[in-house]
Order: sequence, then C-alpha cells, then structure tokens
Amino acid sequence: MAAVRTSSEVAFNRAAIVAVLVVTIIFLAPIYWIASTAFKPRNLATTIPPTIVFQPEISPFVKLFTKRSQLRSPPTPEEYAAAPWWERVVFDGGEKIVRDGKGAVQWSGYPNRFMNSLIVAITSTVLAVGMGTFTAYGFSRFRVKGEADLLFFILSTRMLPPVVVAIPMFLMYRAVGLNDSHLGLIILYTAFNLSFSVWLMKGFIDEIPKEYEEAALVDGYTRMEAFFKIVLPEAATGIAATAVFCFITAWNEYAFALIMTNRRAQTAPPFIPSQVGSGLPDWTVIAAGTFLFLLPVAIFTFLLRNHLLRGMSFGAIRK
Amino acid sequence: MATTMITTLDRSSRAAARGLSDISIRNLFIIPTILFLIVFNIFPLIYSLGYSFTDFRASTNAPANFVGLQNYRDLLNDPYVWSNFAITAKYVIISVAGQLLVGFGVAMLLNRDIPMKGLLTTLLLLPMMLSMAVVGLFWKLLYDPSFGIINYALGLGTFEWLADPKMALYAVALTDIWMWSPFVMLLSLAGLSAVPKHLYEAAAIDRAGPFYTFFRITLPLVAPILMIAVIFRTMEAFKTFDLAYILTSQPTAELISIRLYKMAFQEWQTGRSCAMAYIVLIMVLAITNIYVKYLNKVKER
Repeated sequence: MAAVRTSSEVAFNRAAIVAVLVVTIIFLAPIYWIASTAFKPRNLATTIPPTIVFQPEISPFVKLFTKRSQLRSPPTPEEYAAAPWWERVVFDGGEKIVRDGKGAVQWSGYPNRFMNSLIVAITSTVLAVGMGTFTAYGFSRFRVKGEADLLFFILSTRMLPPVVVAIPMFLMYRAVGLNDSHLGLIILYTAFNLSFSVWLMKGFIDEIPKEYEEAALVDGYTRMEAFFKIVLPEAATGIAATAVFCFITAWNEYAFALIMTNRRAQTAPPFIPSQVGSGLPDWTVIAAGTFLFLLPVAIFTFLLRNHLLRGMSFGAIRK
Repeated sequence: MATTMITTLDRSSRAAARGLSDISIRNLFIIPTILFLIVFNIFPLIYSLGYSFTDFRASTNAPANFVGLQNYRDLLNDPYVWSNFAITAKYVIISVAGQLLVGFGVAMLLNRDIPMKGLLTTLLLLPMMLSMAVVGLFWKLLYDPSFGIINYALGLGTFEWLADPKMALYAVALTDIWMWSPFVMLLSLAGLSAVPKHLYEAAAIDRAGPFYTFFRITLPLVAPILMIAVIFRTMEAFKTFDLAYILTSQPTAELISIRLYKMAFQEWQTGRSCAMAYIVLIMVLAITNIYVKYLNKVKER
C-alpha cells in the first residue's frame, strides 16, 4: 500500500467498501428470496408489500415430497391427533396427504427426480474425471503429434451448443432405445465434461515436477506404478476440484435433460419448471425444491473458492 | 521442450523393458478419450450433416428425400430466421456489455484492502455457479408485475417485464447479467491483482491523475484477461437457451437456440433443423477458435 494517504483517498476507500456491500446485498437478494420463500406459509409468499419477517414453516418441504388432495371438511380432533407432526402442517393449509390402500404415503415426483440427478451427475463425473486424468497425463508427459490441434479439438466439443448436438443424438438414441434412460444422459454429460476435465487436469499435472516420476523410474518403478503411486496422489487436489466442477455442470444441465428425458430418467432441472404448469403456482413448493437443489452447489462453491478462477478459464489462468 | 527427455527414453533401456512402453501408455491414455469424443460428438454431427440435405421429419415414418441445398437456401431466405439472428445479436451485445460494466466495475471496487474480502468475493461469485434453468424460473416470481420484489423495490408499480414484447429480451438479459457479471469480476480481479504495484507508485510520483492511471496502466494490463472473459461470454450468450426458454415465450425474445429447439422438437422439421444447426455450429466454432487463441496467449505469460 502507498505510504502516504490523503484524506480524499481514505474517503474514497470507505465509499468503495460501502458500494461493495451494497452490490453484494443486491446480488444475493434473489438467492435470499428463494431460501426465505421456501420456509413461508403459502399465503405470505406473494404479498404486497413483500413479507420479510415471518414464522418459518416446514410445510413447503412436506408438500414438495408428497402428493396431496384437498380436504372436504376440516380433520376431526382424533384424525388430527393421530396424524404425524409433518402431516398437521398440511392440514392447516386445507389439504391432506394422499395414501395408498395400505396407508403408505404417496410421494411426489420430486424425490425421484432428485435421485436421477444424483445418479447421472455422480456417474458422469467419475467417468469424465477418470478418463480426463489419464488423457491429461498423456498430453502432459509425452510428445503427441499435433498436440495443439488435438487439444483444440477436445475443447471445441465442449463449446458445441447442446441443442445442436441433441438433434442427431435424439435420433440415434431413439434408434437404440436410450431415450429417457440414465445411461443416455450419463454418456452425454460425460462427453460434455470430458474436454473440460482434460484441460483442467492437464494444468494440474503440468505443475507436478517431472523429477518425481523420474526418480521413481530410476528406483525401479514402472511408468504405470509411477503414475498411480506418485502422480495421482500429488494431483489429488486437482482431481477433487475438477470433479466438483464436473458435478456442478452435470447437476445444473437443462437442455439435454429436457430433450432426452421425460419421466423415467428425468432430472430435477427440467422437472422443477414443469411444476409451474397452468393456474396459480405454489411458489413456496417451487422455492423449497429449488432450495434443496441449489444447496449442494452453494456448499461446493465455498469448498472450491480457491479454484474457481482456474476452473472457469479451463485451467488457463492459475494466479 | 523438457518432455523429450522422457519420451525419447531408449527402448532397450531397463526402464522401458519393464511394463508397458511409454508409447503404448501414451496411446492407452489418450486414444479412448479421443474415440469417445468422436463417437459421441463428431459422429452425430456427421449424421446430422447428412440429414441437413433431406426433408426428413422424425415424427413420421416417411422416408427422407434428398433435397440438396434446399434447406440452407430456405433458411437463409427466411426473414424469421434473420430476425432470430438479429434478436440474438442484440441479446449478446446487451448482456455481455452489461456483464463487462458490472463485473469489471465491482472488481475495481474490490481491488483494495477490504475486511472479509475473501468471503465477499465468494458470495458474489455464487450466482454463476447455480443452475440457469432453476434460478431463471424463480426470476419469474421476482419479475411478477403484481407481487414481484423487483417492481416493489424499484417502485415500478405493475410494470410488465416478461409479458411486454418490448421488455422481455431486456429482462432475460438482466437476469443473465446478474448470473454472469461474477464471471467477468473473477477474471478482472485476477488481471487487476497481476498489475505490478510499482507502476502505480511511479504514476503517483509523476502526479498522474486517476484517469490517466486507469487508461494508461490498469486497462492495458488487464485487457488480455478481459478479452478472454468477453469472448467466452459472447460465445455462451450466443448459445443461450435455458434462461430465455424458461423466462418468456415472447417471439421478440426468441433466440436462435430456441428457434432451433422449436424447429427440431416441436415442429419436427428434422432435416431443416439439422441445416440450421450447422449454420449455428459454424458460427460457434469460429468464436471458439478466437477464444482458444486468446487462452493460449494468456497461458504463455
């Protein structure tokens, strides 16, 4: 910092700090609004003026996970007493939870879509990061003919607009019966993340000194042993960061999921908007679904904070 | 390059005799990835190139007839398609310019000693990590004319954001600016922190004014990284589908990706949409080429 500071500089600095705080509040307001709406009773979700202080409720989450029907008459005191606590909050809204003949609670479509998102995102991440790490090592340590062209080719596959790829993939999947299947989405997301994983991992592996492996080779390790026992442990942080990025990308993806799935393998991103439908949507339920869906990404963002720059620039800018 | 030391390992040496040779390991590591990308990205594109010369419709069993360049000719003569391109261009300009201004502006503000700077930066970066489709949906509530918090906070009464044909595209761009300014901010911060401090000290000694310092020192040194941010965002904005598709169905906000989606999966004009996809693809590849050139330039530093 400059040794001498004039009073106008100090004042400017203070103003800048205040401005940063204001900008942060504006940027976080939509996210706060999602989180707070997820805990509101339905009648407070769309009020004018907006409700800021309220008694938080769990009912949006109960509604998110269950099928409900309108109550014809208010529940009797016995019914009320017999109901578990999470059903009572739905009674208050004039609804009851739908059960089958054996009395088992009927789930809404959400838990299933959430599971689909998890299955597809985790599997495709493992595949993309696994293959990407091997390939990155290959590019980092060996001389490859036309390396720059191959790397450009790999990156360019990432830049393809999803809808452009989806048209032929839809026809091909239809021919082999992969439409609306987990495997179909996993393949697409793996392909999409693979290029990213190669580029990012190449950056991380480039940073591991070659001397480590050379020493191991001299000590009698084979190249494979050196890769698994020396390089992989050294690259652990990079692999973790790459995996989190790939997971977030697959987790958030919308266009492929919209086109390629409709029921069985549908993930959360196309499902959540489909809840809006016609008529007046219950924004508290949508907010609850959105909140749960965004939560893992928000946590990962904090864990990733020191690698964001690198990930977002495909490993080009390392700081 | 230093790599030659390893790759030119003498084949008869002890190290090479043990286990797989370096060449076969290299091939084993690289070829599956290349094949995977060819099978699942390049092959489909070749497949759709074939269809782009036909009148194929995936919704019927009618066989595809070869029509030559008819699809391309029709598309390039279709004023609707041109208007989709014009809308997309407008959208890209508004949203990238907005992100550049906000992102770089906030980075300038943040580029000083601020208590809890790390936490503030991470919080500011949050929007760009979230799902465009899911968060975009919630912006519908924020934009709602009667009970949205945006109209309430700005005192706009019952201003129509998404239902007004003139406003819809700006509303989508505004949400995009909210989501992606953090990206420009992140890259700008990296550029700003790399400007050597002694340049500012020298400028101060020379009694250079703040404008002179900004335009002669800060901007030129941050420009390469800013360029990367701008090209990348231009490419992404050009491809925008999720956000605009979820937020509005106004024809005035029909971006090229949405037109393509409708043509392919609602009107089932498969052959025609394949031709359209190729037109879009060539444009995207052109931008990608520029982008990678800049990425490599920054990387070499």
